[in-house]
Amino acid sequence: MNANVRLMKTSAESLLADIFSAARPTLPGNGNIAAWRDAAFERFALVGLPHRRVEEWKYTDLRALLRDVKPLASPPNADAKARAAGAGRLFGKVECRRLVFVDGTFVAGLSDLADLDPGLTVRSMAEALAAGDPLVVSHLGKVVPVRDAAVEMNSALMGDGAVIHVAAGIAIDRPLHLVFATVGEKATAMFMRSLVVVEKSARVMLVESHDGAVDTDYQVNAALELVIDDDACVDHVKVTDEGAAALHVASLLATLGARARFNDCSFTTGGSVVRNQMFLRLAGEGIVADIRGVNLLAGHQHVDTTLIADHVVGGCQSRERFKSVLDGEAHGVFQGKIIVQPNAQKTDAKMMSQALLLSERAEAVHKPELEIFADDVQCGHGATTGALDGELKFYLMARGIPAKEAETLLIQAFVGETLETIAHEGVKDALSDAAGAWLRARG
Amino acid sequence: MTPLLEIKNLHVEVGGRKILNGLDLVVDKGGVHAIMGPNGAGKSTLSYVLAGKPGYDVTGGEVLFDGENMLEMEPDERAARGLFLAFQYPMEIPGVATLTFLRTAFNAQRKKRGQEEMSVPDLMKRVRDIAAKLEINPDMLRRPLNVGFSGGEKKRNETLQMALLEPRLCVLDETDSGLDIDALKVVSDGVNRLRSPERAFVVITHYQRLLNHIVPDVVHVLSAGRVVRTGGKELALELEATGYAQYQSEAA
Repeated sequence: MNANVRLMKTSAESLLADIFSAARPTLPGNGNIAAWRDAAFERFALVGLPHRRVEEWKYTDLRALLRDVKPLASPPNADAKARAAGAGRLFGKVECRRLVFVDGTFVAGLSDLADLDPGLTVRSMAEALAAGDPLVVSHLGKVVPVRDAAVEMNSALMGDGAVIHVAAGIAIDRPLHLVFATVGEKATAMFMRSLVVVEKSARVMLVESHDGAVDTDYQVNAALELVIDDDACVDHVKVTDEGAAALHVASLLATLGARARFNDCSFTTGGSVVRNQMFLRLAGEGIVADIRGVNLLAGHQHVDTTLIADHVVGGCQSRERFKSVLDGEAHGVFQGKIIVQPNAQKTDAKMMSQALLLSERAEAVHKPELEIFADDVQCGHGATTGALDGELKFYLMARGIPAKEAETLLIQAFVGETLETIAHEGVKDALSDAAGAWLRARG
Repeated sequence: MTPLLEIKNLHVEVGGRKILNGLDLVVDKGGVHAIMGPNGAGKSTLSYVLAGKPGYDVTGGEVLFDGENMLEMEPDERAARGLFLAFQYPMEIPGVATLTFLRTAFNAQRKKRGQEEMSVPDLMKRVRDIAAKLEINPDMLRRPLNVGFSGGEKKRNETLQMALLEPRLCVLDETDSGLDIDALKVVSDGVNRLRSPERAFVVITHYQRLLNHIVPDVVHVLSAGRVVRTGGKELALELEATGYAQYQSEAA
């Protein structure tokens, strides 16, 4: 370990090394897992925090943004648990099975673990790592192997998270709601790692919410590894509503089997700096993947969505559709790359990123990329940035709708298209309500 | 009696270009006025200025609606007071269901007038009744506003809005454009059903054929931004026969 510490450059990088060295003996998992953490940290230490000259992180310079690293969060005490009671209330009206994480640690007492559906297994990641759970050992870091500094950091320092297994052929009707609540009064760093394995022909909906009840500049690094086996169907909704000063980096690593259905929607309203990165591997024929996102941002928020959809085999369809509404001096970044491997003939992939600027000082960056190595494919991408359409606004006003209300209708219409495709009515309504609340807060 | 609409010596520029040039017009309650004229005479500009579209600079004159200065009002306030512009090219608004739009507009106007909002079932019933008369498929009401609608469907939808909102002054901008003869009949019948002693119409059209269906009391010829001739409904027929050439040279 020590040999690599010398390669560190910034104080944050040195701090991370210190934190890792100090925490190492107490982080869950030993033997292979401990060695694996070490290897991940070594790889991270070699490259350090990603900065603007690292293309994938060009617009979200972590080296500049991460001036210091907060101490690792401690397990929540009774007070903290009590403060977390309201977390995830956005989905309060939806009949979900809640799995609650407070300051990065699973809290069984706040979670619904009773009467688990047959075929559904739920476990805390810390517990699974400590026990050397074979499901975890066989999947960790292997679902989509990537070399990414944020993922390496997560692998090295992961504390807790969810381990969920859905057995073949099982359909889980009640959505699983992973509630991540940050309530600590002092700013801390949290590294959450989750693994979800959905076996053949199984079906599940996964809802993630990341809430921050505090205004401290806490740091979240969350990673979710998701295996969707052949003919399985997964809906995944991730709501990021962190505290106003929080830094949130999330990585989704998903691999999809033949004829799998994957509907993903990320919905971001809160956090100072948010990076949502997605690494998708379409590894079997006949997959339909619908990847969407909505960002509603104001003030000085910076939200970066970076995704790679890797079409490894042919005959798959992927849609990537992202919409950002940017007010104040908010920055929206979209980097999307569709890769079509040489054998992935008949790939049908379309990507669209759209930004609506509500102020002169808001800024949107789109970087769509296609890397196509097969010759019989249908691929396309598009990007738009614009203000509200004055003609449409006038039309609405000419029918008696006041200016502000007309704008609200048009913004709702802009994001509504994306939310409308969520199959679960309750979840869809919850997100529409959240969008409505954001618009009302705009005044 | 105060005229419903009184336009006095109206001068309007768009992007620094003079479009309306001393236009005068008086419309009383119950009147149906046709405004005809060649392309570029300022017909559409007149309709937009009345509705309050941004970008139309009034450099002189005034517009009184029920005796009040209308030019000071925002477009939504003009609408709430009873002005309705049927657009030549109705906007398509993806993501806003037609019914949502109708409900929002209807209740926004009522609110501004200090009236109570109408309940959703009552409003739905009213919308359905009007839609049936205009041969509008109820499915269309659930679709996003005007998105994928044919030219005829859009104009029927405009007429539906007009009937629902019950304005006092309807300005119809080239309502016949994009309509086949059957749709023209449906839309005209819809407009004619709304004719009443309390309501006035300004029908802007390039062609006379619309006026066979919506028969005006008065016809004005607009050229180079002002009214150059006013007459009865027979003036429309005369224009159809002679064209606008003489008025273009008169104005020049």
